[in-house]
Amino acid sequence: MNVHEFQAKSMFAQFGVPVPRGKEITSSETAMAWATELNSPVFVVKAQIHAGGRGKAGGVKITKNKAEVPGLAKDLIGKTLITHQTGPKGRVVHRLLIEEGANIAKELYLSILVDRDSGWPVFIASTEGGMEIEEVAAHTPEKIIKEPIDPAVGFQGYNGRNITFALGLNTIEPAVVNPFIQMLGNLYRLFMEKNCALVEINPLIITKEKTVVALDGKVSFDDNGLFRHQDVKQMRDLNEEEPLEIEATANDLNYVKLDGNIGCMVNGAGLAMATMDVIKLAGSEPANFLDVGGGATKETVAAGFRILLKDPNVKGIFINIFGGIVRCERIANGVIEAAKEVKITVPLVVRLQGTNAEEGRKLLAESGLKLEVANDLWEAAQKIVKLTGKAA
Amino acid sequence: MSILVNRNTRVMVQGITGKEGSFHATQCKAYGTKVVAGVTPGKAGQDVEGIPVFNTVRDAVKKEQCDTSLIFVPPQFCADAILEAAEAGIKLVICITEGIPVNDMVKVKRALSGRDVRLIGPNCPGVITVDEAKIGIMPGFIHKKGIVGVVSRSGTLTYEAVYQLSTLGLGETTCVGIGGDPVNGTGFVDVLPLFEKDPETQAIVMIGEIGGDAEEKAAEFIKKNVKKPVISFIAGITAPPGRRMGHAGAIISGGKGTATEKMKALEAAGVRVVKNPAEIGNAVKKELGR
Repeated sequence: MNVHEFQAKSMFAQFGVPVPRGKEITSSETAMAWATELNSPVFVVKAQIHAGGRGKAGGVKITKNKAEVPGLAKDLIGKTLITHQTGPKGRVVHRLLIEEGANIAKELYLSILVDRDSGWPVFIASTEGGMEIEEVAAHTPEKIIKEPIDPAVGFQGYNGRNITFALGLNTIEPAVVNPFIQMLGNLYRLFMEKNCALVEINPLIITKEKTVVALDGKVSFDDNGLFRHQDVKQMRDLNEEEPLEIEATANDLNYVKLDGNIGCMVNGAGLAMATMDVIKLAGSEPANFLDVGGGATKETVAAGFRILLKDPNVKGIFINIFGGIVRCERIANGVIEAAKEVKITVPLVVRLQGTNAEEGRKLLAESGLKLEVANDLWEAAQKIVKLTGKAA
Repeated sequence: MSILVNRNTRVMVQGITGKEGSFHATQCKAYGTKVVAGVTPGKAGQDVEGIPVFNTVRDAVKKEQCDTSLIFVPPQFCADAILEAAEAGIKLVICITEGIPVNDMVKVKRALSGRDVRLIGPNCPGVITVDEAKIGIMPGFIHKKGIVGVVSRSGTLTYEAVYQLSTLGLGETTCVGIGGDPVNGTGFVDVLPLFEKDPETQAIVMIGEIGGDAEEKAAEFIKKNVKKPVISFIAGITAPPGRRMGHAGAIISGGKGTATEKMKALEAAGVRVVKNPAEIGNAVKKELGR
């Protein structure tokens, strides 16, 4: 789960990572009151959406004039920002972060995530703050510092010293060395205690006043760890999510919307991805990823149909079930029952294999439903592509 | 011969009195697996279809000499359950549970390192040595004794591959599901050498997916150490970057972990990579010259 910058920064503050004074603002009226209270020489008005590249897209405004703050807020709220991470549709801005400006002496990059290979958390740091870290890694890999943290003992002083001296902070600004190391320890604590998947600060700055401040902040949480953190769960912003994906989650379905026109419903994540791939090989594009899971029932199949049919791009549906624990005749009954409740207006191909596949296919064939039954994967993919026409 | 598990493996099921645990313990036993004990704290003295239940793993090991544990406990208690098994001297821990927090697995993996215990999973279908032992949730009947070793990050996609191998008459030796989580106990590079050494295994099917670099690491390993033919499919060539495709581990991040990159690395290592998942079985057949 992703959260907004203002929420990430509130987490930082809670764990002792310094951030600029700032507040979430949702209207130009409250913007004025907060600007007055903030009383800073420089005001920064930042659009809050779950995507990077906001600055370049015009989502960050800076002014020295307090009177301009409400106007800037008014301009940004309701505006659609298109960045390299939002896709062509962009995202509508519903909230802002208004905070004090900072006197930047040096910009750094810092993040923490789990290295999948070792299974250890690792800090990634660079003197090239404010840039795309992927670019830095591609062009100047020597400027990327990696410091793995032993999860058995957690963050140690030497981890902090390794990062700090590798960044050359002792020559850039010796006064910040100790606060910087302390901040690293606090970030590690945040990362582990709150079940984070990623904590990224870009830029992390050294100010002319010789302090360290997280000027930006991005935190993603591990969905599997959310049950431990009610405070994090409450940060979810449904405005930032695809409506069909919200509906799917509510029905215990795993759905990701894509841009093609063949809707697919599959049991198992790997097989669901493979089904998408085989649709493309057959000459079309998948409209979605949908894993109905191991416990697919009539209800989940019906919910799946409803979600698929709400996507106006869907021109055909491909159900691919490999019955293991899930029995195919139950899925077949689910399809038949669901078809009574949900009017299926597009061609449908059902491929059943595995446990009780024979009975399942027989039930479908005798149901009188308008659908095609297939035995194997390639045959099924070709059928649905033929019925819906190839992608333009 | 086979790898990891066989007809002598003595299995304990942690979480045996739960819905999933009792159902699958029974299924495994019916397949012929020696399921000799179950553990649910506070339920010692009960039995599940004749399998005695103990309060602790320690008790179960002492009474029934189990060497392998199959775990179904809910995700929030899984780290505890895995560590309990390791501490009690279990040598092979197979964790089926999906949804364990990554940072729990970080601590578990660290705690198991350097110890004489292997963890398979979590979030995996388990391990089956055909006609000997089924320790997991896979449907036993699709398997057929044969010559292909299967290792996979996915569940139902593995069944798909197994079904093809069985239908074509090639059959399988052992099938290992290593799971779809970003931090897991056993990787491709741990299973590949076991298949390479196993005299019954003549070819290896490796099923990967987007995310991480386990397939790239496997490619490096295969180039240097594997002489048997390896056939591979990588799921997710159509998956967009930055979106998690069901499995916590299946996400393309920062331009890394794409299916295309993985396929390229494997091809360069001499692996036969199939683009069509319906062609896995046929590719094995061709590779073996049958």
